[in-house]
Amino acid sequence: MSPKKLSLKEKYSLLTRDLEWEYSYRDYKEIFPQEEFEGIKITDWSKWEDPFRLTMDAYWKYQAEKEKKLYAIFDAFAQNNGQLNVADARYVNAVKLFLTGVSPLEYQAYSGFAQVGRQFGGVGARVACQMQSLDELRHVQTQIHAMSHYNKFFDGLSEFNHMHDRVWYLSVPKSFFDDARSAGPFEYMVAIGFSFEYVLTNLLFVPFMSGAAYNGDMATVTFGFSAQSDEARHMTLGLEIIKFLLEQHPDNVPIVQRWINKWFWRGTRVLTLVAMMMDYMLPNRVMSWKEAFEVYFEEAGGALFKDLARYGIEMPVYAETAIAEKEHLSHQAWSIFYNYTHAAAFHTWMPNEREMDWLSEKYPNTFDRYYRARFEHWREMERAGERFYNPTLPMLCQTCQIPMGFTEMDNPTLIAYRQSVFQGERYNFCSDGCKDIFDHEPQKYVQSWLPVHQIFQGNCGGAEMEDVLAGYYRMNLGTDNLDFHGSPDEQRWNHWHNLQTAAEQMKKAS
Amino acid sequence: MAVAAITDNYAGERLDRVENFHGNQVIYIGWDYHLMFCAPVAFAISPDTPFDRLLEELIPGAYSQHPEFERIDWDSVQWILNGEAFTPELDASLAAQGIDHKSILRFNTPGLGGIQGSGS
Ligand SMILES: [Fe+2]
Ligand SMILES: [Fe+2]
Ligand SMILES: [Zn+2]
Repeated sequence: MSPKKLSLKEKYSLLTRDLEWEYSYRDYKEIFPQEEFEGIKITDWSKWEDPFRLTMDAYWKYQAEKEKKLYAIFDAFAQNNGQLNVADARYVNAVKLFLTGVSPLEYQAYSGFAQVGRQFGGVGARVACQMQSLDELRHVQTQIHAMSHYNKFFDGLSEFNHMHDRVWYLSVPKSFFDDARSAGPFEYMVAIGFSFEYVLTNLLFVPFMSGAAYNGDMATVTFGFSAQSDEARHMTLGLEIIKFLLEQHPDNVPIVQRWINKWFWRGTRVLTLVAMMMDYMLPNRVMSWKEAFEVYFEEAGGALFKDLARYGIEMPVYAETAIAEKEHLSHQAWSIFYNYTHAAAFHTWMPNEREMDWLSEKYPNTFDRYYRARFEHWREMERAGERFYNPTLPMLCQTCQIPMGFTEMDNPTLIAYRQSVFQGERYNFCSDGCKDIFDHEPQKYVQSWLPVHQIFQGNCGGAEMEDVLAGYYRMNLGTDNLDFHGSPDEQRWNHWHNLQTAAEQMKKAS
Repeated sequence: MAVAAITDNYAGERLDRVENFHGNQVIYIGWDYHLMFCAPVAFAISPDTPFDRLLEELIPGAYSQHPEFERIDWDSVQWILNGEAFTPELDASLAAQGIDHKSILRFNTPGLGGIQGSGS
C-alpha cells in the first residue's frame, strides 16, 4: 500500500498540535511545575493562535537553503580578502563589540527558549519556542562563522566567549540575559520574546546590519539577511504571547505591565552599546542613534502601545526618560569607553573634525553644548602625547552594571545617583528604572556579580590590573586594548593599503 | 517585595557584603560637573582610613589630570554624603563619621564649571 499523501493542513496539524498527548498517569502540575508560580493565570491553552504555520520538515528545508547561500558568500568573502574592503579598520571594532557582546546572547536565547519550550502546557507555544530555540542556535553559529574571518586579521576577537563571561562591560548584556533566564517562563517570554524581539530588536539588528552594509562588511550583511525571516517569526511569537496572556485573564494585565516596564528599561540600557556603535564606531554613518530611536521606538513602538491600550496596557513607565536620553546616550557611552579603553578588548578614538561636525549637526541640542569641549580637550591631550585614560575603576549600577555615567535629564551635566538600603546594606543605581527593578525583587539583585567589586574581592585573578586584564580576562595587552591610533590593527591596515597602492603602481608602470 | 520564585522564601546571597572585602569597605567618590571622568570612581579601603588620606592620596590620584584640579579651593568645597550635605572631619576615620560601606561621597567645587564651562 502506498502511503497516503497528506494535505498541507493535515500535515501541519499532525506535526504541531498532534504532538500533544493525554496526561493519563501523572498530574498536570507535576509535568508543568513552572506554570503558576509567577501569578499568571492560563484558563485555556487551546486559545493560543499559532503565530506562524511552519512544520519541522519545511523548517529544515528552508533553513538549509539559506545556509547554503550564506556559506557560499562567506567563502567568497574570505577568498576575495573581504577584510580589505571595509570602510576602514576602525569599523572592525563594531564587529568585535557584536561578537563579544551580542553573539553569546544568541546562545543564551537558544538555551532560554529550549527551557521555556518545555514548560508551557500548551503545545502550540511549546513548538513555537522550540523552533525559535533552533533559530537562535543557528544565529550564534553563523555569526561566529561570519566573523571568524576577521579574527585572522584583527585583534580582540579570539577570546570572545571567555570574555563574555568575565569582562566588565560584557557583564551588561550577559546579566541582562541571565536575569531573564532565571525568571519564570512567562516573564522570560515577555522579556525576550516581546520586549527584546518585538519592541527593541530593530534598534539592535538594523543598526548593526545596515552599519555592515554601509561599511563594506558583506559577510555580516549576508548573515543579517539570512536571519531576517527568522526574526519576523520571532516578532510574531512575541506579539502572540502578549496578546494571549492579556486575553487569558484580567489579573495578568498588571503583571505583564510591570514586566514590560522592567524589560523595556533593561533593554534600553543594553542598547547603550548600540547607540555608541552607531554614532562613533561606524566610519560611514547610517543614521544617528537619536534618529533610529525616533523611528523604531517612538513611532513604531508608539503605534504598538496604542494598539495594546485596549487590553489596558500603557507605554513603559520609563519611556519618557529613555526619549530624553536619546540626545545624550551615545556621547555618554563613548565617554565611558574612551575613559576605560585600557581595560577593553576593542579600540576607541576621538572623532575627527568631519565626524565632530556630523555629531553637531545630528545633535544640535546637546553635542556642542555638553560634549564637544570635552572631546577636543581629550584630542589635545592625545596630540601632546598624553592620551587620557581614567586611572581609577568606575562605580557601577547594581542592576544594569553599567558604569554610572548617565546624567539627570533636567540637569545633563550632573550624574544621576539613586540609592536603596536593603537589610542594612546600601545599593546604588544609575536611574529610577534600575532602582525600581531592584526594589521590587531585592533578593534577586543582591546577587549581581559586579565586575569592579569582584576585582576588589580578589576574585578576578589578582590585585594588579594586569592580573585581571591579561590573566583573568585573557586580553592581549597593548594589542587588544588602548586607542586605535598606534594600535597593531591600525598599523597592519596601513601596511596592507600601502602594499596595495604599490601593487597598483607596478601594474600601471608595466 | 519577594521574588516570584519556584521555592518558598527565596533569598539570594548578598555578593557584596562588607565581610567579603578582606577588611576593606567600598567607597565611591564623584566630582560634580567634571564629566571628563565619565563616572564616579570606586575604592576599596579600610574603614579606619582618616578622611585626610582621601584628600592627599585618593582624590589627587583619581582626578589630577583635570586642568582645573590645581585650582580647587578646598576650603570652599561642598561635600555631599549619600545625598546629604556633609562636613568632613579631616583626622577622623571614615567609619567614625558615617562614611560606611558603599557610601557615595560627592564634592562640588564652586566656580569651576569643567572644561570651557561644559560640565566636563
Ligand atoms: Fe537571534
Ligand atoms: Fe531573534
Ligand atoms: Zn542602571
